[in-house]
Amino acid sequence: MAPYIGTATSRVDGLAKVTGTAKYAAEYNAPGLAHASMVGATIAKGRITRIDTTAALRVDGVITVLTHENRPPLADNDQAYNDDVAPEGTPFRPLYDGRIIFNGQPIALVVANTLEAARFAASLVRADYLTEPHVTDIHTKRDRGLAVKDPITPLDALFAPPKQRGAPGPALDGADVRHDGEYYVPIEHHNPMEPFASTAVVESDGRLTIYDKTQGVQNVQRYLCSVLGLKQDDVRVISTFVGGAFGVGLRPQFQAVLAALAARALGRSVRVVLTRQQMYVLGYRPAMIQRIVVGANANGTLNAITHDAVTVTSQHENYYRQETGWSGLLYSCANAKYAHRLAKLDLPTACDMRGPSAATGVYALECAMDELAAALKIDPVELRLRCYSDRDQHDNRPYSSKALRECYHQGAEAFGWHTRNPEPRAMRDGSELVGWGMASGVWDAFQAAITVRIRLSANGHAEVACATSDIGTGTATVMTQVAADMLGLPLDSVSVLLGDSTLPASPVEGGSWIAASVSNGIAATADAIRKELLRLAALMPDSSLSGTEADDVGLVDGMLVSRRDNARAVSIADAMRHSAVDQIEREITTNPIEDAARAHNTHSAVFAEVKVDEQLGVIRVTRVVSAIAAGRIVNTKTATSQILGGVVWGIGMALHEETAIDHRFGRVMNANFAEYHVPVHADVHNIKVIFVDEADDSNPLGIKGVGEIGIVGVAAAIANAVHHATGKRVRDLPITLDKLLGKPS
Amino acid sequence: MISSDDSDPPAPASGGSAGSVSLAVMVNGTRYPLTLDPRCTLLDVLREQLDLTGTKKGCDHGQCGACTILVDGRRVLACLTLAVMKDGANITTIEGLAKDGVLHPLQQAFIEHDAFQCGYCTPGQICSAVGLIAEGRAQTADEIRESMSGNICRCGAYPNIVAAIQQAMGLP
Ligand code: FES
Ligand code: FES
Repeated sequence: MAPYIGTATSRVDGLAKVTGTAKYAAEYNAPGLAHASMVGATIAKGRITRIDTTAALRVDGVITVLTHENRPPLADNDQAYNDDVAPEGTPFRPLYDGRIIFNGQPIALVVANTLEAARFAASLVRADYLTEPHVTDIHTKRDRGLAVKDPITPLDALFAPPKQRGAPGPALDGADVRHDGEYYVPIEHHNPMEPFASTAVVESDGRLTIYDKTQGVQNVQRYLCSVLGLKQDDVRVISTFVGGAFGVGLRPQFQAVLAALAARALGRSVRVVLTRQQMYVLGYRPAMIQRIVVGANANGTLNAITHDAVTVTSQHENYYRQETGWSGLLYSCANAKYAHRLAKLDLPTACDMRGPSAATGVYALECAMDELAAALKIDPVELRLRCYSDRDQHDNRPYSSKALRECYHQGAEAFGWHTRNPEPRAMRDGSELVGWGMASGVWDAFQAAITVRIRLSANGHAEVACATSDIGTGTATVMTQVAADMLGLPLDSVSVLLGDSTLPASPVEGGSWIAASVSNGIAATADAIRKELLRLAALMPDSSLSGTEADDVGLVDGMLVSRRDNARAVSIADAMRHSAVDQIEREITTNPIEDAARAHNTHSAVFAEVKVDEQLGVIRVTRVVSAIAAGRIVNTKTATSQILGGVVWGIGMALHEETAIDHRFGRVMNANFAEYHVPVHADVHNIKVIFVDEADDSNPLGIKGVGEIGIVGVAAAIANAVHHATGKRVRDLPITLDKLLGKPS
Repeated sequence: MISSDDSDPPAPASGGSAGSVSLAVMVNGTRYPLTLDPRCTLLDVLREQLDLTGTKKGCDHGQCGACTILVDGRRVLACLTLAVMKDGANITTIEGLAKDGVLHPLQQAFIEHDAFQCGYCTPGQICSAVGLIAEGRAQTADEIRESMSGNICRCGAYPNIVAAIQQAMGLP
């Protein structure tokens, strides 16, 4: 039987998704289910002086209106609201009191017998406020930011800027060529297609089952228990299918609290679905002002980089990631310095969004490298090769693997880069200017502790269980493939249970760490099953495997087979039946292998072609080649989709996406798909994904994860292509036609 | 500063409902007599009353295409359609595309081409593509892209969706 790992296996949940039977959080029903509609604050900061729900309560079918004045009890300490991935600070408490800390903050929940009644009645809730001055513009606070502290804990060290190395000041002064640029990325919103929703079902014994949209059912489960003061057994959180999340489902969101509160208050099942508009008060990618200074020698080697960043967070929590650190990591450069400050604004807290920190930080770095290449008159790929580093520059460690050089070569080859005319505005297609740009990408290869349970039945079926989510990444499919290979079963003899807080422990699904974590977890658990099978086989009289070493026996096609002599084999079913065992169950926690002596990263080289209508400024991204080095690719089909998705996100970041805030009100102005632009079919043309071979032994299966790396570098490659096409450098994303047709920046 | 919600108070809430209307729709070959609050959108009726949750709500504003269904063979946004407007209509949703357990060629092609990730936009994409093929106007990849641009896929499965549609159309 050929292995499934490494093949283009179709999704195991594909049938459910194309027939409409896949159920998402708002699609579970329960007897007597009530519908709830949230009301948001209309000021950015202050407090509610009076809230009037009388008109809403008069509407036929309205059951109750919950506000901070009549809600059931909620925890009164910050600790209770701290979820697994909360940043430092004071977490927001939904419906806790009359204090308003961001516009759109939930102030009431109208619960009714029908959706129509709930929505109509929600429009009748009135609040009076005492307002306080607010600030929501990063630019007004750019010089008054809170400096990110030096790291104290190892976790801080992941997020705080790395330590300075060398003497960047004198090195920059001595550089032959120096580039100094400021780059801007606005606030962006994740906008998963599925609205945030929670269906809180009151079970007959009074316990709650919450069907929630989340990237971490156990994170939500623990959070709800502590916030509502419930026992662990009283709440179960289920999230079998998730209609996209991209980071905004990492932390528990307020609709889950609202649904649970209402269900507890009424003793009745309640569903809360946020509107698209209301989803703009969940998390967002923080706007980022970055200044990069790079100094190089005339031969194209770097001698210094400084990277200063200002990013947005809320007044109540300090969210940040290591946005600046990528600059000093990626290229060989003896001198580097970083600074990161936080613009604390009267907004919800920012959060992780696809490729958090790298999508933005590497955007600036890779545009700066392009500008440097132009100044040095060196081909952009050649410049990267001259600066190539085989060691992690922060800690001077080798990489567990780094096939970025092959990414450059294979990507350039597939794109036809060698025919590029280096002069801007030199390439045309009819009336359109043609530009070719490229960029590098980098992300971390993480692995986290995870627990997997496998039950193997004598009839040859295996059930694999883990609480991880599958947010569309293909986790269920990857789990099935790995289990099938490890247990020697066909795919359809493996079923996967996930997205349920009662299953074995998993971290939240994010950061590209689940594929490596859960796959190696399955391998370890399957290995324990294999050993038990071998023990049972040895009990059989005249077993052809007696005397074989455990490590010499594999599971293939329903048999235990000696790897040295495949004539020595025993059927799994026979081995189990001989000992009257119907089922073997193992549950094992797998920890990542400690390997601090090496750096663990994924890399990419992205090549983009744009065509620009010179008169109108319309930009089309006509071709992208993304060459990825990310260790072993478990499923080339779903992994390709991950990278395609990342490239599409990069197109959006480069050309479309921007959350616009009316700073007078501190309110998002374009909280809808008509005005917050995301790429649509017509924006996406030819995208080619290449997976470069990269053997890695950081974990037994050599997996690194591909969820984030696809977006990193894409916006820079497009911005660089736009410069190559037009001779104009727009450093302020998104590159809209007004900026392109305006004065060069 | 004291501030108040400044919008005009809506019309007095005389029960909130404007009565009820009786109608009947044919959905996936089954006739459903309905008595409805006239404010009900076709999308909410399908999802909440007929338990046909395969049709998705992504924006409720006609901006994303997740709710695309076929009404009398034409693609329609169910969130922008009041159910009472469709008395007597013949409706096909994603649940009605497979016949006798055999997938529609588009459903099959979507699986083969991995034309989705999270799957939330997928029913809308597939129904929209059924409508597109019936319209018979789009023939090239670019025309398919143009004609499918009302269906957003935030997972970014666009290249695979177009490939799947091309396969189902028998295009090279
Ligand atoms: S839900 Fe109908 S178009 Fe978005
Ligand atoms: S598959 Fe997730 S939005 Fe299209």
